[in-house]
Amino acid sequence: MLDDFFMRAMIGGVGIALVSGPLGCFIVWRRMAYFGDTMSHAALLGIALSLMLNLMPFWGVFSISIVIALALYGLEKLDRLSSDTLLGILSHASLAIGLIALSFMTWLRVDVMSLLFGDILSINKGDLTLIWSGGAIVLLLLFFNWRTLLASTVSHDIAAAEGMPIKRANLIFILLIALVIAVAMKLIGALLITSLLIIPAAAARQFARSPESMALLAALAACCSTILGLNISLVWDSNPGPSIVLGAFLIFLISLAMAPIVRSFRKN
Amino acid sequence: MTTSNSLISGTGISVHSDGKVLLDNVSISVSSGEIVTVIGPNGGGKTTLLKALLGLRTITSGKVQRANDLNIGYVPQKLSIDRTLPLSVHRLMTLTGTYSKAEIIAALEETGVDHKLHDTIHTLSGGEMQRVLLARALIRKPELLVLDEPVQGVDYIGEISLYQLIESIRGKYRCGILLVSHDLHMVMRASNRVICLNTHVCCSGQPTHVEQSPDYQRLFGTKGLQTMAPYGHRHGHFPENGEPHDHIHEEACDHHHHDEKKESHHAG
Repeated sequence: MLDDFFMRAMIGGVGIALVSGPLGCFIVWRRMAYFGDTMSHAALLGIALSLMLNLMPFWGVFSISIVIALALYGLEKLDRLSSDTLLGILSHASLAIGLIALSFMTWLRVDVMSLLFGDILSINKGDLTLIWSGGAIVLLLLFFNWRTLLASTVSHDIAAAEGMPIKRANLIFILLIALVIAVAMKLIGALLITSLLIIPAAAARQFARSPESMALLAALAACCSTILGLNISLVWDSNPGPSIVLGAFLIFLISLAMAPIVRSFRKN
Repeated sequence: MTTSNSLISGTGISVHSDGKVLLDNVSISVSSGEIVTVIGPNGGGKTTLLKALLGLRTITSGKVQRANDLNIGYVPQKLSIDRTLPLSVHRLMTLTGTYSKAEIIAALEETGVDHKLHDTIHTLSGGEMQRVLLARALIRKPELLVLDEPVQGVDYIGEISLYQLIESIRGKYRCGILLVSHDLHMVMRASNRVICLNTHVCCSGQPTHVEQSPDYQRLFGTKGLQTMAPYGHRHGHFPENGEPHDHIHEEACDHHHHDEKKESHHAG
């Protein structure tokens, strides 16, 4: 029998998955996996900040992720450091500062493990409302900016030269990543969030023949990952956050195994 | 050369980056139905000039003017698209606009790659990709077509036919064409005006005029002769092109000029 908290975890997880799949495709296409990682590591700093200021964790995480992303854009103009190096610096610096800040707050009993790996079984109805309304906003923004985002992914210069609103679309893109991180933080934790963005997209790539079909397949793969992972954690009594990542990894392996079969099927 | 009916014009454009002068007081304009070619050595600022005109990079001083709602078709030097992005030629054609299948096929037919309609772009050769990108720019029925080193990565035979194609496009679409090339003689015969760029404008004007200018000869003199010889030689192997050997020499450079160049080289 499914307990109530498990059902809530499932509904919340699927809500995140529906969004992380399509958004993750853009992260993969734009080779921004490390960028997403950096933004999500900064989420820990955001949690520390919101505890300090007595804010809702969502807002702390959301604003710090955006600040980090904008800082990256600014620093990239320096030219002297590659963006890869910059990401490495900011990613670990923000993670370290976040951990130190949390350790100073001795008046609070913060469960660092749940911040790093998520605490999906403790989500309440308020969290569910946040997940589904936040998710709906992300999907709507993604839908209405799809053409511009895709065009600037294929070629920033073509899209800009032919008059598409590139800057706006790129800002919205960062906003969407920050939103998903802020919403997913409680479910899967700062260290594992990007896995739910990247692994389902990679699995979907095996079968997709257009950007649009890849986005839909990634949403499906992310849902399957979440459901599989939560069931693994139920059976093995394992930590649900890592179990969801394991689920995603298994889905990815299955996609690799099935890809040749599907391809030969399509040829005939 | 700035005229009121020019599609795009830049006046006194300077671009500085990191204390280095990339462009110094460069003026350029393109009107309907004319091909303007920018040539110059590597690092001479050709691509920087294109990007400044297209608004893709900020200029330090000067002015860029574009006709109202100018419809631009842009063919960049190179696309680097991540392999995780499943993109067919068909989908690439509708990157920045919506077109019917008939329109797409017609545009691809024009550049001779309609048989690639359903192929993924990751399997195209360099020349096929350039033709697809050209078709993608043409389908927009652009008033201004901007081509950045269109023959890069294209083999020799492909190079000739690609330039013939570009010439025929001008005739058919009556659009202005702004072309960047490091390759002198192939481009010369089709161009109305040539601008020789090495940070500043060394010389500009009609192709024959530019070729006789001492500045041009200083930049390209000896190198030009070297590249010309094998061209003339190889032309002879393609009788289906008529007698391009003579043709090129008539329009772009006659033997008399060779002598002049040699003399000036010796003198200098």
